[in-house]
Amino acid sequence: MGVVTVDLKMLNVWVEGLIRGGRVFGVQAKNNRFQFAPLLMAANLRLDYDVTVIPPKKYMQPAREDLLTFEGAAGFETCLDQEPFILIGVHPYDVAAIAQMDAVFSGDNVDVHYMTRRKQATVVACDVQAASANVFAGCMGTATVDKGFDILLTRVGDHYVVDSRTHKGEVILGNLVKAPKADAVSLARREQVWEDNRKYLRKHELRMAPETLPTLLEASCDHPVWEEKSQRCFSCGSCNMVCPTCYCFDVRDDVRWDLKGGARVRDWDGCMLRDFATVAGGHNFRKNRADRYRHRYYRKGKYMPAKIGHISCVGCGRCISACVTKIANPVEVYNRLLEVR
Amino acid sequence: MAQTRSSQEKDIYRPEPATLAKVQPVTEMESFFELRLDSGKELGHMPGQFVEVSVAGIGEAPFGVSSSPTRQGSFHLLLRRVGNVSSALHRLKAGDKVGIRGPFGKPFPVDDAMKGQDILFISGGIGLVPVRSVIQYVFDHRRDYGAVTILFGTKSPADRLFVDETDEWKRQPDTVYLESVDRADASWKGNVGVITTLMPKITIDPVRTVAVICGPPIMYKFVLMELNKMGVPSERSYVSLERHMKCGVGKCGHCQINGLYACQDGPVFRYSDLIPVREAFR
Ligand code: FES
Repeated sequence: MGVVTVDLKMLNVWVEGLIRGGRVFGVQAKNNRFQFAPLLMAANLRLDYDVTVIPPKKYMQPAREDLLTFEGAAGFETCLDQEPFILIGVHPYDVAAIAQMDAVFSGDNVDVHYMTRRKQATVVACDVQAASANVFAGCMGTATVDKGFDILLTRVGDHYVVDSRTHKGEVILGNLVKAPKADAVSLARREQVWEDNRKYLRKHELRMAPETLPTLLEASCDHPVWEEKSQRCFSCGSCNMVCPTCYCFDVRDDVRWDLKGGARVRDWDGCMLRDFATVAGGHNFRKNRADRYRHRYYRKGKYMPAKIGHISCVGCGRCISACVTKIANPVEVYNRLLEVR
Repeated sequence: MAQTRSSQEKDIYRPEPATLAKVQPVTEMESFFELRLDSGKELGHMPGQFVEVSVAGIGEAPFGVSSSPTRQGSFHLLLRRVGNVSSALHRLKAGDKVGIRGPFGKPFPVDDAMKGQDILFISGGIGLVPVRSVIQYVFDHRRDYGAVTILFGTKSPADRLFVDETDEWKRQPDTVYLESVDRADASWKGNVGVITTLMPKITIDPVRTVAVICGPPIMYKFVLMELNKMGVPSERSYVSLERHMKCGVGKCGHCQINGLYACQDGPVFRYSDLIPVREAFR
């Protein structure tokens, strides 16, 4: 597994080759923002993006997916999406988020739907070239990554350092194996990119080490911040939808037009939506906005660390940008907990 | 996207086929269901566990198993018609097919903490459904347990469940069965009042007793307060909590009670473990 340098032209040719070879999703401009979408030509790829509106989790856990099909009253059959695909341009914080989702869906009860897609995915990560308005990955230890991807691209001046770390990476490297080995200067410049990203991807400054969050939250159940902030919460769930580590889902049946069969479908769901904890019969176990609001931050900062060993916030800042009433900044919430009530 | 089908791959979301052996209305809102897995296998549950029942085209919902694993050949559910799935199930008849996943969750500790102890069952309304599984289990291993006290409360006499069976329970050795209704009708001669009004009427040895509690959310606080007064330690009280258990396997997030997952850490919890858990009783 080598580390090579390629110029922009060569990179383009390589991406064109990947597109001809199969399913490729890459970051592209849409209006004046960015999104992951099917990549039809290399020229559309925007590795200089700041952040995508929706994280790449949608390729492993789509917003809507068929889990099962059924014909008649019983006879449920599993649906699996087994077509290989390549994701190009995944930022380090999103790589970290995917690693967390892997832990969730492979842990104890293996989710074969997620895992099948995940196994088919080749992740081409890319170091951040432009900081988004609300990124704070630098505070979360996710401004750079050293695992969880197959290939890492880092722009240094007018060329890219291409670092393949896995067998999957090698497979798609193709002609790039013949590219010149990265020299000491390029590697040093890459180090500099990493150092800068760790330093500057901090549009908000978390005033604590992320590892201390579970303990801080432990003592913060009655902190006024939950009531204060949630007073302006519309329970719209936008923060859930754009979050790369939110994976809660709903399951429902979709009946075909002939009413003889259909699919059991899984959709994204969100704990901030009003009826997330409502049971049949109408009792809502989390009916207060403040309780739902607190639940989200506890889940990210306390419950998920207990489950998978990581704070479930990678500092992408998407929730901050998505929230209409500007109450979803995790850094503000957590910093506020440090203040005496 | 290429969707391929596979029945080989182990899928935690795929139900297995089962057949309704019997469907019987019990009250205006509730029906009793007897089911058999089409595989011919036993469900393999323990008292207090739940299953996810699928009606194709309608969806899936969690229900506590109402029969004891000691009674083999089939298993029982008793459902109130409140959601899409339970309503659809009420429209089915014997011979119809459903899907089953499970059993899921932690059962009541019938083989450990409860063994050799006196057992106090307290259930309100359809809370009796999962508790019946425990009661049957205890009666089927009668010598493994001490005195049995069963308290059952409902809104009205017409809402009482398993009426024939509760008559049998009264006749079991070393067993007290008491019931109460919130609102009596002309025919009712028994106790009137919420379930806690039955509690002063019983004598138990609080340090030899394990309490098994299941009922509507509002019931727990009062019952647990009363048990505390009677001297039953919180370490010896077990509750079964209802939540929105969508997946049953710790993934969907719907069932969370603070950091706990009702589908995996529960639905049966030791009360002492829930004291610091704010979202437990709501
Ligand atoms: S029911 Fe889905 S996580 Fe518990």
